Amino acid sequence: MPNHDQTWSPLLGRLSLDALPLHEPILVATFAAVALGGIALLAALTYFRLWGYLWKEWFTSVDHKKIGIMYMVLGLVMFLRGFADALMMRVQQAVAFNGNEGFFPAHHYDQVFTAHGVIMIFFVAMPFVTGLMNFVVPLQIGARDVSFPFLNNFSFWMTASGAALVMASLFVGEFAQTGWLSYPPLSGLAYSPGVGVDYYIWALQIAGVGTTLSGINLIATIVKMRAPGMTMMRMPVFTWTALCTNVLIVASFPVLTAVLALLSLDRYVGTNFFTNDFGGSPMMYVNLIWIWGHPEVYILILPIFGVFSEVTSTFCSKRLFGYTSMVYASVVITVLSYIVWLHHFFTMGSGASVNSFFGITTMVISIPTGAKMFNWLFTMYRGRIRFELPMMWTVAFMLTFVIGGMTGVMLAVPPADFVLHNSLFLIAHFHNVIIGGVVFGTFAAINYWWPKAFGFKLDPFWGKVSFWCWVPGFWLAFTPLYIMGLMGVTRRMRVFDDASLQPYFIVAALGAGLIACGIGAMLVQYGVSIMRREQLRDETGDPWGGRTLEWSTSSPPPAYNFAFTPVIHDIDAWEDMKRNGVTRPLEGFRPIHMPRNTGAGIILAGISTVFGFAMIWHIWWMAIAGFATLLLTAIAHTFNTNRSYHISADMVAKTEAERTRQLATVEGA
Amino acid sequence: MRAETPPRRLRTRSDHLRRALRGALALPLAALVSGCDWVVLNPSGDIARQQANLVMVSTALMLLIIVPVMALTVLFAWRYRSANTEAAYDPEWHHSTKLELVIWTAPLAIIIALGSITWLATHLLDPYRPLSRIDDSHAIAPGTKPMDVEVVALDWKWLFIYPEQKIATVNELVLPEGRPVRFRITSSTVMNSFYVPALAGQIYAMPGMETKLHAVFNKPGTFTGFSANFSGAGFSHMRFATRSVTGDAFNAWVAGVKKTGSDLDRATYLELDKPSEKVPVIHYASVSPDLFDAVVNMCVRPGKLCTGEMAAIDAHGGTGKAGLLNVAALTYDKQGREQVSSAAPGFADANLHRFVRDWCADNRPLRAAVARDTLSLARPDAARQPAPAHPLS
Repeated sequence: MPNHDQTWSPLLGRLSLDALPLHEPILVATFAAVALGGIALLAALTYFRLWGYLWKEWFTSVDHKKIGIMYMVLGLVMFLRGFADALMMRVQQAVAFNGNEGFFPAHHYDQVFTAHGVIMIFFVAMPFVTGLMNFVVPLQIGARDVSFPFLNNFSFWMTASGAALVMASLFVGEFAQTGWLSYPPLSGLAYSPGVGVDYYIWALQIAGVGTTLSGINLIATIVKMRAPGMTMMRMPVFTWTALCTNVLIVASFPVLTAVLALLSLDRYVGTNFFTNDFGGSPMMYVNLIWIWGHPEVYILILPIFGVFSEVTSTFCSKRLFGYTSMVYASVVITVLSYIVWLHHFFTMGSGASVNSFFGITTMVISIPTGAKMFNWLFTMYRGRIRFELPMMWTVAFMLTFVIGGMTGVMLAVPPADFVLHNSLFLIAHFHNVIIGGVVFGTFAAINYWWPKAFGFKLDPFWGKVSFWCWVPGFWLAFTPLYIMGLMGVTRRMRVFDDASLQPYFIVAALGAGLIACGIGAMLVQYGVSIMRREQLRDETGDPWGGRTLEWSTSSPPPAYNFAFTPVIHDIDAWEDMKRNGVTRPLEGFRPIHMPRNTGAGIILAGISTVFGFAMIWHIWWMAIAGFATLLLTAIAHTFNTNRSYHISADMVAKTEAERTRQLATVEGA
Repeated sequence: MRAETPPRRLRTRSDHLRRALRGALALPLAALVSGCDWVVLNPSGDIARQQANLVMVSTALMLLIIVPVMALTVLFAWRYRSANTEAAYDPEWHHSTKLELVIWTAPLAIIIALGSITWLATHLLDPYRPLSRIDDSHAIAPGTKPMDVEVVALDWKWLFIYPEQKIATVNELVLPEGRPVRFRITSSTVMNSFYVPALAGQIYAMPGMETKLHAVFNKPGTFTGFSANFSGAGFSHMRFATRSVTGDAFNAWVAGVKKTGSDLDRATYLELDKPSEKVPVIHYASVSPDLFDAVVNMCVRPGKLCTGEMAAIDAHGGTGKAGLLNVAALTYDKQGREQVSSAAPGFADANLHRFVRDWCADNRPLRAAVARDTLSLARPDAARQPAPAHPLS
């Protein structure tokens, strides 16, 4: 067990050798593996002299496409960590019967499920959707970049900084043992005196800065930077859903920031917002965190609805059915998502009228969501459906998500929630919508837009192996949880005394194993595709018969995206251009004004990480120095006026000539 | 304030509605699951029974739309696959007002039905509402007093106080079958959730707050109860046996507890309150009568000011500057919050840990004057309640 004695030294704060988890063999082994892997990676980067390339072309890049890809890489790396946590939970619950304590003591197990939730939501799902929006939105609206390119780079690195703090907690100290939303009083100083909750607070605060700024950036981009002729009602559906999501981000993340700030005041300076004594109100925290938390789930799912709309329309070779109703459905969901938060705690003793109100508003959300489902359905109707990987994931989503939607509406009926709340039924429900929705949607999107990002398609064979492991794996893993929920089994249990449950947990663990195969196949798919990229190469820039603007430019797109800003006449602008035989302009290029790369984002985020670490460990001198440096660096950056450059007309002409040659070889072949 | 008398119009209407729906939709489902050992769908208490029916009714209602959608998805995916060149292909067909009407109104109709059921059932099955029936065929005469059980979630065990019987138990809940029970629920440290699936849906147990649950067992049996909200390291073991027994057996059990148990006074409670896991069943033959109210008001420990008293003093204008240093009497969280200093140096001033005796001396008359109000305020069924005793009141 960790030592919670408040030994504090001016130099190192609470940090001492005791903070290293040398007593936990699982962590020591993990640390050894990570350290060896890390050293090997650093050595390889040095050997192949990639540091300069990475710094110049990626880390300091303000290109929205590269930042989008970095978000996806971050999400993928953290996904592996979050999934490792999931596997550990499934294994623990499959063996901890009949007095067997399993592999994990409470102190470790409680960190595992907390970290799993925090990582999967904040550092997997959020980077995935933010990455997709970053990469796709400017291309879909015919823009050169986002409104504030430097801010975009800064946002990414702040998110990465939060992720780094969560990862650091694995080996230095501990993570929160409170569940992913850290309800007080459990997360208060009295019951969680260690550094775990502080890691939680600072990781989320720092990442939250990035998310909020990225939301502002994308709203500005979508509102102000659309190509001429692209009225709001001609925007691609993905861009619409991205707009809705970013409005949700900007309006809800400040609440999270505020509630975590209040919790840190309770923990750092002895205020009593959420303590039991002195008139503190833990329920206020629960209200506030869900006022952020419920919009958050729509932040995740709305852009994914957009992905499915793009994919369905493209692979059915047919215009999306009910574009207008799709847009209104998204907007209605956006608004309604603010007035349903109390359904997360019907069981905390609110009156019947309050509970009914929030139950019914929750059900009402299923109406626009249902309308979306029908719109995809009728897009398939009289289409010519090509079952490439993105479309396979879409159909899997439609069949999976409706079940999750149904169980969600069941949980929205307060008296039914009284018997299902906090049970494994609830766990199965939200994994059903998050995996069946967000994760499947992300995979659809990766398979769909990968050729745009890298100029070659993903290998379909390994993609299908992954698909056929994931979808049955999901159902195998979560059907037993639905059933056990109806048997009254609750969540976050470490050991069980009812041996009759064990077979269900073993089946769930097998399902998780199948999902692990799916993830393995996915990684193989990426590896194989990169090795076979010459065979999989797409020269056209439009491998799927796309309908929106991103498919009109080359793959990967040039830094400036479009040599000339396109003019829009209809929904599905690129389809419209193809139909009307619009030709690419081949001359008359002019210099293009572009933002210049800067290291300020990664430097500021690096300092933030140090500051967060110092706050977590109460190393006050370092925190003060860190914060001062942060401010000074930010101010110094404002004096950097060398922020843009021009791509010369010659350079543009050369790039476009290369594209012309590329297209000619395709047509010739 | 909550209405404690059931509006009758609501009940009769909903009974018809529920019976009709159950007949039409839920019977096949009920038949499907009755063979399984799924306690949530096959409970032994009337409240849980009605909640289970609601789970099944809402499922059936939604399947009306889910099944066609899934069938159409599979059908369209198959029929309009690109290999099937026989199928119609209409790339420009993207709007149909009639279809749009259907796809918005069909879910709307379902939600109107489900929303109505929700409104009625949420009011009828409100855990705060006194029961109006034992089961389908036995109504309860108005004014019948339910049996009280006071529930305290401790780290990591459950304390049950039976004020009528003047006994208490740890990790064992015994209830007479067929008798309505009113639970008054709180917690001593962090949030827990009191849940006996066979009896009724759960309700949170929260420190400094009191929640209520009305329920009744219809069958004898032995069941499991537990905390359904994660509460720290010992959470997995926070389980208790729940027995539903006949009235005679219950009386015999109470007599047994009285004979063999020890005494639960405040000192014993404070000892029990310390964190412990896998605690065996304990019986207490007697219990301090005001213990539960003291737990809710966070003033079991001698020298602590009850939150109800604090609220009353504040309502009378407070104690002025003396109140600034009056922290020891209000510091609550055990596991030594008194010993946990806040992170910033300077905030752990010794002054903050000093009980200001002057305050007690100067305000003795005031405190005595408000004490009467306070005690009546702290009564759960009184017309007005102290703020901390009620979440979201």
